[in-house]
Amino acid sequence: MNLLQAVRLAFGAIMSNKLRSFLTMLGVIIGVFAVVALVSIGQGATSQVTAEIQGMGSNLIVLDIRGRGGLDSLTLDEAVALAKRPGVSAVAPVVDGYATVKFATESNYTSIVGTTSAYSFVRNHFVDQGRFLADVDVQNRLKVAVLGAEVAENLFGELDPVGHEIRINGSAFTVIGVLEEKGFSLGGPSDDFVIIPASTAERLLRRQGIRTVYLQAESAATVDLVVSGLESLMQLYFRDENAFSVFNQAEILDILDEVTGVLTLMLGGIAGISLLVGGIGIMNIMLVSVTERTREIGINKALGAKKRDILLQFLIESVVISGVGGFIGMVLGYGTVRLFSGLFGLTIAFSPQVVLTAFTFSVFVGIFFGLYPANKAAKLNPIDALRSE
Amino acid sequence: MIRLEEITKTYQLDGVEVNALRGVTLNISEGEFVAIVGPSGSGKSTLMNIIGCLDTPTSGKYWLKDHEVSKLSDNKLADIRNRLIGFVFQSFNLLPRLTALENVERPLIYRGVPKKERRMLAEKALERVGLQDRMFHRPNQLSGGQQQRVAIARALVGDPALILADEPTGNLDSVSGREVMYLLKELHAQGRTVLLITHDTDIARQAERRVKIFDGRLQEEGEVVL
Repeated sequence: MNLLQAVRLAFGAIMSNKLRSFLTMLGVIIGVFAVVALVSIGQGATSQVTAEIQGMGSNLIVLDIRGRGGLDSLTLDEAVALAKRPGVSAVAPVVDGYATVKFATESNYTSIVGTTSAYSFVRNHFVDQGRFLADVDVQNRLKVAVLGAEVAENLFGELDPVGHEIRINGSAFTVIGVLEEKGFSLGGPSDDFVIIPASTAERLLRRQGIRTVYLQAESAATVDLVVSGLESLMQLYFRDENAFSVFNQAEILDILDEVTGVLTLMLGGIAGISLLVGGIGIMNIMLVSVTERTREIGINKALGAKKRDILLQFLIESVVISGVGGFIGMVLGYGTVRLFSGLFGLTIAFSPQVVLTAFTFSVFVGIFFGLYPANKAAKLNPIDALRSE
Repeated sequence: MIRLEEITKTYQLDGVEVNALRGVTLNISEGEFVAIVGPSGSGKSTLMNIIGCLDTPTSGKYWLKDHEVSKLSDNKLADIRNRLIGFVFQSFNLLPRLTALENVERPLIYRGVPKKERRMLAEKALERVGLQDRMFHRPNQLSGGQQQRVAIARALVGDPALILADEPTGNLDSVSGREVMYLLKELHAQGRTVLLITHDTDIARQAERRVKIFDGRLQEEGEVVL
């Protein structure tokens, strides 16, 4: 008996008991559906987080200073001088704090970032209207401000803020620009903050010294070099490795990748268990089917069916059930994922590998859980099988 | 054709040994029509199972055509059942889900005959038994006699050398029974070996040769038991 013939016989048997076949299939459908949907959501979250971190600026390195004793920061000049180190293409020191920002009757308590002109491209955050800080603004301690998109919206509404005067903790500042909207972002405020020159910020916030420096490496290849150079320099300066910390984007990405990877694996694992349960359902039904069809098996054996023929027929039955179930689950998973990403604007990565893996796995579930019942059927003694009612 | 030598068969039934066959020796030549007659419990079903290659003897030797069957593997036995033997059972043993035509096709499926040829042969076999207008009926849409005729078509479709009929009329009314016996006699007239197993002496009388079985031992008709 060839394979095609065995498939025909299996289909005949499946179709003769449609409801039962469908219910058996349902276990696999749900399993594959869950795997496809959950893993897609997990991978979507991963890619979203990755995109956001990459959006923080390319080849970004962050130097955080906690300090030791009285020595708890760098001076602005020292921080700016870091730009001259090998492999560093730009440096944006940050003096930050909170202040009340007022325009007319509107008032906002928000984050103030005192920095230099380099901030814009180091953090990959550009102005939407007006201009960003220039070096002259920093050198002359000018009272100019660049507003985050949310602050601009809160204070000015529809009005164009550029050229207007705002008050930050009572001092008058001229708005020179508004930043583009970034939406949600990891690692600090993205739209709800005001940028002023670092030199001005030191006075306004009454804080001397720089505690955060954003550096941009020339290329991905020089990131490690810059990080290790920076670490040894800071070690020399503070003589305490706990006084500072250096992060780079790749490191953060790695950590997050690991976290989201574990999450995806967990979701996939839970979904995988449901697929396994579906497989057990197949085995259960196949065993019942073998018992019910004992006489049929006996007749076939009397007519010349070999062990292999019977084995093949039952095995193909279970593989067809799980395979068709897997296919339906796959299509259903794809549809649901699409629908959800459309409805809720979720980022969903739909990877063909996951779909293919889930489908292949479902077929293997069919083989694995079909083997025992099929073998049981094949081994039946023809006389006993014929005698059964 | 068939040669049995000192065949014994012993079962274990709930730990008790049952000697179903106690040394059966039998020769049937090509083209004979033989009836094996015996009451229930005489061992005739066991004998039929062994001759039909559905079971293997505990001891003794069995030749079917040129094969020494007692030595063959399960797979080889399946092949012999498929090619050399056509079964007709008391309870018809048709597959209920399949049409008459599909039932008749079944042995050819296991032989690996291509679909077109299979269909043609099955149609021919059904015509032989006069069921050409019942090909697409399922067993439950057929009368007992018709079902048994489908079973005979199934038995002869593979052109086997031996037709093995186990109480073929046992579940039939007398008219259907006569039809079935007529078909079997016709098959025999065409040169096939037919082995009939029955407890009914009226049926057995229609065979050329009768062999009695009692308590697991054979006795040719006319033989004197000492």
